[in-house]
Amino acid sequence: MKNELIHLNHISKSYDGKIVLDDLDLTIHENEFVTLLGPSGCGKTTTLRILAGFETPDKGSVIFEGRDITSLPPNKRQLNTVFQNYALFTHMNVADNIAFGLNIKKKPKSYIEDKIAYALNLVGLTGYEKRSVTTLSGGQQQRVAIARAIVNEPRVLLLDEPLGALDLKLRQDMQYELIRMKNELSITFLYVTHDQQEALTMSDNIVVMNQGYIQQMGSPESIYNEPENAFVADFIGDSNLFPAIFEKDELITIDGAPFPCVDTGFGTKKPVDIVIRPEDVDLVEKGKGLVSGVVTDLIFKGVHYEMCVDVNGREWVAHSTEPCAVGNEVDIYVHPFNIQVMNKPASEDEEAVRTDE
Amino acid sequence: MSKTRRLSSAFLGLPYIFWAAAFIVIPLIMVVWYGLTDENGAFTFANVAAIADPAHSKALLMALLLSFLATVVCFLLAYPLCMFLVELQKGSDSFLTMLLIVPMWMNFLLRTYAWQSILEKTGIINTALTALGFAPLRMINTNGAIILGMVYNFLPFMVLPIYNALEKIDKNVINAARDLGADGRITFLRVIFPLSLPGVISGVTMVFIPALTTFVVSSLLGGGKILLIGNVIEQEFMVAYDWNLGSGLSLVLLIFIIINVVISAVTEKGEEAKA
Amino acid sequence: MKTKYKGLKRLYIALIFIFMYAPIALLIVQSFNSSKSRGHWGGFTLDWYRSLFTDASIGEAFTNTILLALLSSVISVILGTAAVIYMSKLKKSPRTILMGVTNVPMLNADIVTGVSFMLLFLTLRIQFGFVTILLAHITFNIPYVILNVMPRYRELNPHIYEAALDLGASPVYAFFKTVLPEIMPAILSGGLMAFTMSIDDFIITHFTAGAGVHTLSTKIYSEVKLGIKPEMYALSAMIFVTVLLLLILVNRVPAKADAHGKEAV
Repeated sequence: MKNELIHLNHISKSYDGKIVLDDLDLTIHENEFVTLLGPSGCGKTTTLRILAGFETPDKGSVIFEGRDITSLPPNKRQLNTVFQNYALFTHMNVADNIAFGLNIKKKPKSYIEDKIAYALNLVGLTGYEKRSVTTLSGGQQQRVAIARAIVNEPRVLLLDEPLGALDLKLRQDMQYELIRMKNELSITFLYVTHDQQEALTMSDNIVVMNQGYIQQMGSPESIYNEPENAFVADFIGDSNLFPAIFEKDELITIDGAPFPCVDTGFGTKKPVDIVIRPEDVDLVEKGKGLVSGVVTDLIFKGVHYEMCVDVNGREWVAHSTEPCAVGNEVDIYVHPFNIQVMNKPASEDEEAVRTDE
Repeated sequence: MSKTRRLSSAFLGLPYIFWAAAFIVIPLIMVVWYGLTDENGAFTFANVAAIADPAHSKALLMALLLSFLATVVCFLLAYPLCMFLVELQKGSDSFLTMLLIVPMWMNFLLRTYAWQSILEKTGIINTALTALGFAPLRMINTNGAIILGMVYNFLPFMVLPIYNALEKIDKNVINAARDLGADGRITFLRVIFPLSLPGVISGVTMVFIPALTTFVVSSLLGGGKILLIGNVIEQEFMVAYDWNLGSGLSLVLLIFIIINVVISAVTEKGEEAKA
Repeated sequence: MKTKYKGLKRLYIALIFIFMYAPIALLIVQSFNSSKSRGHWGGFTLDWYRSLFTDASIGEAFTNTILLALLSSVISVILGTAAVIYMSKLKKSPRTILMGVTNVPMLNADIVTGVSFMLLFLTLRIQFGFVTILLAHITFNIPYVILNVMPRYRELNPHIYEAALDLGASPVYAFFKTVLPEIMPAILSGGLMAFTMSIDDFIITHFTAGAGVHTLSTKIYSEVKLGIKPEMYALSAMIFVTVLLLLILVNRVPAKADAHGKEAV
């Protein structure tokens, strides 16, 4: 087990009476890549800002290496932030931006020069020292912002939607770059994003948030394969998210049709939500599946085909490398292991809200 | 189609081009023409050189001194004001309108004239001082009174650009400085102030020129005893009817104005390059 | 981060406000002072407000001032808006030159602008009077209109005009139905600013007015040496309070006030 580095201890925060964080409790370990993932307004950025020291929580405390730093101003904290839209100092050149923190710490000149060269090399901008930051492209500004933060050797690097303003291709390249940098620096990254693909690609651990609550925490695989509630299932990846009845252990019914599953312990005859990933929906010959339907839509998606199947008025989405023509009558089979059963949300607050961004 | 469109847009632009030529460019050429000729129309440099005349150079130096001081005072008053307005988020549009535009609806001569009633020997301040048992102060018809009048009239021109510059600074840039270890003082000196500098320069030029060239403030609050270069030019035109001399001295002012414009254009260009 | 010394900062803002408004308050008080001498409070009176309406010379100056402001702001709005549309179609360098010329009246000292007009009218032997003041006011008002309308016009989505053409509108119809409504707030605030500048101007009017014609400004200036008539305080107080009430009224409608305020400042 890695060492515990940060503990956000039962933090609450509200603005103008609107609750943004409600009793949030989160532990982050050393040398982890943790992503706070959620729709806008879920409280992820506020969490980051509390950690950086730009906001003070109404309740709870921030523990850093066992020390309470809740009221410590940002300039005294051993963490640095890469801001959304970079927040570079436009009146300084690249080198001066990067040297800003080191100058304040009154480091010797040669040390600063070495650090600038090292950081620029790390972010792939060697030779850009004298350039004005305003002449750089978005991706380059992003790299300067990262360099400016990491030269201070923070224990934790906080990244607030750092790739949000970049175009798709550049964003994907930067994702790999960030993983590489993190491995080279061996420090903790706390990353905030609303892009689930980004979170799944980069993180050791994902914290899915919605409306000020942590919905689920875990590895990308567990979040994707075993969502704990409908919100997480819906937010992470495409999915077939249906209401179902948990008849008894290892059996559910969807619209009356029985489906064997592997889950136990949800009671009997209990309404639940289930999620089945489209790639786990197998379209098979008529008579060989669990329910029958008609293909209503076929779209080529590049790596796979996406088919919509109408099963007694409910639309199922299936992904497959084999197309199946519109109008075909097919059966659907789902392996019991691929049905994820979830409790219905207990309160209105946790109601699954689909937020497209 | 494109030809008719070009014609119609020329039709829109021609009146203004004519106007700008007739009422902006030609009048300025007239100032230069009169300034560099004598009453017979012969070329001479005497009207401009007349600035070296002790009475004129004294008025120019006095105007430079007082307008410089007024500009400094405006800056010292306006900068904290703008900082506080941005910080307390009080700087709504309507607030700035209140501060800048509304006083204009009371005639500017009357507003300046009102300071006479406040500052004069038997004015409000001295009445209050005497009532409290203090000796009255001599305030009206002093350099201080003129500076006060300049500050009062031109302060809004300093507030607006500084406010705009400060308000434009991304809060995250300030956060970034804090995040990188800067305390409040360093954040101000190395980030906030440098970023607001274009606004400061623009404010300085907008206050300095009207203060340098005024003749109203000095004649209302200086009691006619303190002559500024503006008063000299005004009298050459309106009393002595020596338009050549008046124009020559105006050309000297134009030099200062051009220097100012160049300074603000250079900083603006720097800004544009950044944007 | 919390704001420190909030009270002190508020106090500072309030002091600047008092500084800006104290002379105005004083003038309003004077307008009710029955004593003609400024230093003494002779008791409350409305006499000056009464005699104001029988004072022909103040009435004439007031009419001139308002007429000048109205005419100059309307004409400068028309010329300025047309110029904006023309300039945005120009190539970069002629546009830069024209904008540079446009900025001259704003950057130049009023006294130099004033004497330059005086020399122009002298040379052309134009009789000084209402028309010369009007020409001068239009000239220094146009930049305010252009600087207000230009950014709004450039922000404008060009496709709405093209969409109107595409739907069969004539260019003129499309302009009045799609472009004009979009830039109207900027035109209005530019016009309002021009109106204000015209009312408040003294220096340029001083050099372009002949002996016979007075605006409120030139009338006040001519009275300064002898003492300003209290009726002038009464009139100015009335103008000021009227405008203030109007502004407060407009600000009560928040959405509208926003649209205006933004361009106005």
